[in-house]
Amino acid sequence: MGNVFSSIFGRLWGLQKEIRILILGLDGAGKTTILYKLQMGEVVKTKPTIGFNVETMQYKNISINMWDLGGQTSIRPYWRCYYANTAAVIFVVDSTDKERIDVAKKELHLMLKEEELSDSALLVFANKQDQPAAMSAAEVSKALNLVELKDRSWSIVASSALKGEGLSEGLDWLIDVIKEEQM
Amino acid sequence: MSTLSYKKFEDIDSGSLPDKMTVFQDCLHAFNTSPVQAKRCRLLLSRLLRLLYLGDSFASQEATTLFFSISKLFQHKDSSLRQMVYLAIKELSVISEDVLMVTSSIMKDIQNGEAIYKPNAIRSLTRIVDASTVHATERLMKNCVVDRNPSITSATLVSSYHLLAVAKDVVKRWTNETQEAISATKTFPPQQFLTHENYGVNKLPSSTYVYQYHALGLLYHLRNHDKMALMKLINQLSNSNSPLRSPLAIVQLIRYIGQIIKDVPSYAQPLFPVLNNWLRNKSDMVELEAAKTILGISSFSSEQHLAAINCLQILLSVPRTVTRFAAVRILNKIAMKTPEKIVICNVELENLINDSNRSVSTYAITTLLKTGNSDNVDRLIKTILKFMNDISDEFKIVVIDAIRTLSLKFPEKYKTMLNFLNDCLRDDGGFVFKNAIVEALFDMIKFVPQSRDLALENLCEFIEDCEFTELAVRILHLLGNEGPKTTNPTLYIRHIYNRVVLENSIVRSSAVIALSKFALIGDESISKSIKILLSRCLNDVDDEVRDRAALSLKLITSFEELSSPDEKEKLKDFISPNTKYSLPVLEQKLSLYMQGDKESFIQSFDIKSVPTISDDEAKAYEFREKTRLLEEEANADVEQNKNRNTNGENNGYGAEDREESNQYIKNTVLQQQYSQELSAIPEFKNYGNLLHSSSVVELTEREIEFVVEVIKHVFEDHLVLQFNIENTLEESELNEVTVVSSPEADELYEEEFIMPIEKLKPQSKGTVYVSFTRPSGIELTSFTNTLSFISKEVDTTTGESFEGDEGFQDEYQIEELSLTPGDFIIPSFTGNFTHQWDELSKIEQSGVYNLSDSNDLQEIVQRLIRVLSMMPVDGSDIVTDSNSTTHVLKLFGKSILNSAKVACIIRLAANSSRGIMMKTQVRGEDEQLCEAIINGVA
Repeated sequence: MGNVFSSIFGRLWGLQKEIRILILGLDGAGKTTILYKLQMGEVVKTKPTIGFNVETMQYKNISINMWDLGGQTSIRPYWRCYYANTAAVIFVVDSTDKERIDVAKKELHLMLKEEELSDSALLVFANKQDQPAAMSAAEVSKALNLVELKDRSWSIVASSALKGEGLSEGLDWLIDVIKEEQM
Repeated sequence: MSTLSYKKFEDIDSGSLPDKMTVFQDCLHAFNTSPVQAKRCRLLLSRLLRLLYLGDSFASQEATTLFFSISKLFQHKDSSLRQMVYLAIKELSVISEDVLMVTSSIMKDIQNGEAIYKPNAIRSLTRIVDASTVHATERLMKNCVVDRNPSITSATLVSSYHLLAVAKDVVKRWTNETQEAISATKTFPPQQFLTHENYGVNKLPSSTYVYQYHALGLLYHLRNHDKMALMKLINQLSNSNSPLRSPLAIVQLIRYIGQIIKDVPSYAQPLFPVLNNWLRNKSDMVELEAAKTILGISSFSSEQHLAAINCLQILLSVPRTVTRFAAVRILNKIAMKTPEKIVICNVELENLINDSNRSVSTYAITTLLKTGNSDNVDRLIKTILKFMNDISDEFKIVVIDAIRTLSLKFPEKYKTMLNFLNDCLRDDGGFVFKNAIVEALFDMIKFVPQSRDLALENLCEFIEDCEFTELAVRILHLLGNEGPKTTNPTLYIRHIYNRVVLENSIVRSSAVIALSKFALIGDESISKSIKILLSRCLNDVDDEVRDRAALSLKLITSFEELSSPDEKEKLKDFISPNTKYSLPVLEQKLSLYMQGDKESFIQSFDIKSVPTISDDEAKAYEFREKTRLLEEEANADVEQNKNRNTNGENNGYGAEDREESNQYIKNTVLQQQYSQELSAIPEFKNYGNLLHSSSVVELTEREIEFVVEVIKHVFEDHLVLQFNIENTLEESELNEVTVVSSPEADELYEEEFIMPIEKLKPQSKGTVYVSFTRPSGIELTSFTNTLSFISKEVDTTTGESFEGDEGFQDEYQIEELSLTPGDFIIPSFTGNFTHQWDELSKIEQSGVYNLSDSNDLQEIVQRLIRVLSMMPVDGSDIVTDSNSTTHVLKLFGKSILNSAKVACIIRLAANSSRGIMMKTQVRGEDEQLCEAIINGVA
């Protein structure tokens, strides 16, 4: 009975709509781990993603389609095939990988220039905070030059997919922004 | 959408299905919408698949767009939708780019997905992986091979076949799992309908074991080159507690056994008990396959063949039509070669004549006809006539073919046969059927001389009312050739002239030519009437007819006016030529001429470059072709199998062979090709005409590092050896490849030059030519051959050798090559061997030999025909009774140097302890050739 009510109310408030979130980032940043930690609450053993993983999850009465696209150089060109109708992008950065932070920055800004993503919110996870040599969220933010971003809701959250820290905070923020701006 | 328009839209027959672009747009739109509407997407996917299955295709860019939109459907969990998605991906994987994008999603489904779409997922996965990603699938594939669900196992095993081409080494890694799958017992997972109250639990089979068949096939592919491993597999699967349950798998195993026995005849006896066991299996198809295999292998004894025939005999009276059909079909094939073996089945076969299935009864009749002796032929033919009207054209042709064979076998029964054929000719029937009858009549006229007059009369009657122009033309041509030789030629003239009056222009013009040939008989009154008839044709409305009539008239009048016999002969050649051009060569030459540019047209086409063949030779080729056909049919299955197996390795080699079923055309065209290839090489330009090219001789085994074959080309004063060399190594290239070929008789054959291959890349082929001077006569010798080269290692990534690598010189002894008498002989036909033999009595040589290397008469006979390259006559190339210990082989041919005739009678006697005794008698016009045959035959 509760289900019936919530679905009726949900429809009334227009919350039944599915939203699409892309998880992007360089290879080995922890995108797939984050996806399954969010969906199942477990840390799964992952292999490099050739292509993508897609999962549907319910979060705060909203049905979310999470697309985790592979981050290998060869797969990045195909990200754009999945940009359409995207409510938000979660960009995952390996905070310990100082060498490639510039590559990450380039890919991020390249992606945000796309017209199809002009209305999408951006959440950056400064991942792998459990590692000793990890940069802090502020350092990552600076390295990625996030302050430059105009006309876009964005946030950066320090996270550890392995420990599950920071993930729900980030997602909470993201859902709030989406509700506010797009529904 | 109203109901009316909806229905119209969905009705396939209405022809108003949405077109390709509508489907494309609808798909894109629906697949990109969120949330996904599973049902609608399924419908759209089915439309898309219908287009693809019907052969429609998309441009690569469109296909890629479609592919990416379809990939978005992975977000929906509906399992029916997922199945459709996989089907679509499988089809699009061929035309779309970047299909790799769905790899992870598919792999996840295979790992955790539902059983219902797992097989689909596996099949799609093998289509999208490439050499770089296939390694990631290894673990997954292994798990699926050993999955408890038989559908998943089957899908994985069959998909592995496709992976063989991509990465054989990776597939090899699940050999153990595949082995396990063969012996495992897997059942379908319980489903609700299995326990439905109406069906009960046990009504539906819980497993088909078909995965055993798939696993066996895969294992065979993986072990193809390793005979020992194959034998081990066979032994393991054929003993009494063999795990094989699937009849398909057993049938396949029987085929492998047949194959291995063909390759290694000594395995035949040890493997017989295994095959014999399967003659009593509960599955008909296993019994049939075992019987077929046993009967197809000549190294089994007659008793062993009898066991198989007994098995088929029982199967002839089972209630299942398919089984009866298969059994009678196998017997029919056996009857072509050795009819006496199946006489024991005659009672059963006679019962089948009235079988309710027409196909079975037709085969029964034709089989009986082949086993027939002169006593029962009449009765059989009467029986057939009764039901000729009830069977389809296709089977009528089978009957006609059987009659044709029979008429050649029992020439004295020609009247019955002719009557039968004549009756058939009058019946209704399509072109193919009528053509078969006409062919049969033609054969009788050619090979059974006493039937000629009667058969010609029948044909005359037929063309009185013949709706097929092509047949009428052929018959008129035959009448023109054969009519003048008969006792009463005027009869045919009337029939032919009727055509001129009544038929269309094509028939009329060929009738004109046929008429003109009668003028050459030498009877003045006939010539006079022919002239009158021809002059009437000068008023014909058709150009071609008038032209031909005018030409013929002119030729005939000048023929009569001329007095010198030489010139007469020349003119005669115009009207009724003794020789004809080799048509395949003519065609090839003409098309080559047409391909040339302007300059080549300055010179007119030279008809002299096309070889002519005399009637005798044409007959020889035809006869050979006809006897070949029988053999080929019998061997067709095995050959096909073989081709399928080798196809993977030497791309399409087998396929090419199969297409050219016509041996004669193939030979002449090949000869032509050689001569063209050679004349294109400047060094050989002034060698003159290529007299003879041998067939390909293998000088190494097939599965070795360097495969060498040789072809011997004989010119007037030169001998050229063409060595085809294949480098099968993956990481070495060969430089400066030569063959050092030293003749035993080095004073007769002197080496002139060698044309080496500069560089032979890994897995490529090249040709080395070695040229010798040749003594004028026929001198046999043998050559010892050594392959020599500088081998360099190759960087597999670039395909080039490492810079500065000097390589190392290597030599490699290959087999000897002998120059055989056959290299100087072309096969030739004679209708009357005894007559020729008596005529050639001037020169005779003989010799007696002992062949200890084989005990099989048939094998020896085939070898002799090959070595001597002569035409077997009087059907002596087939050892009819495999029990007999003696055989007489008669051969006829001509020398390539001076066209001297040569005839051989070879008497063979098998003696179990000492091999085969062979007595050879050779007669011929050329003493040297006879001597060469005597020296070179053994």
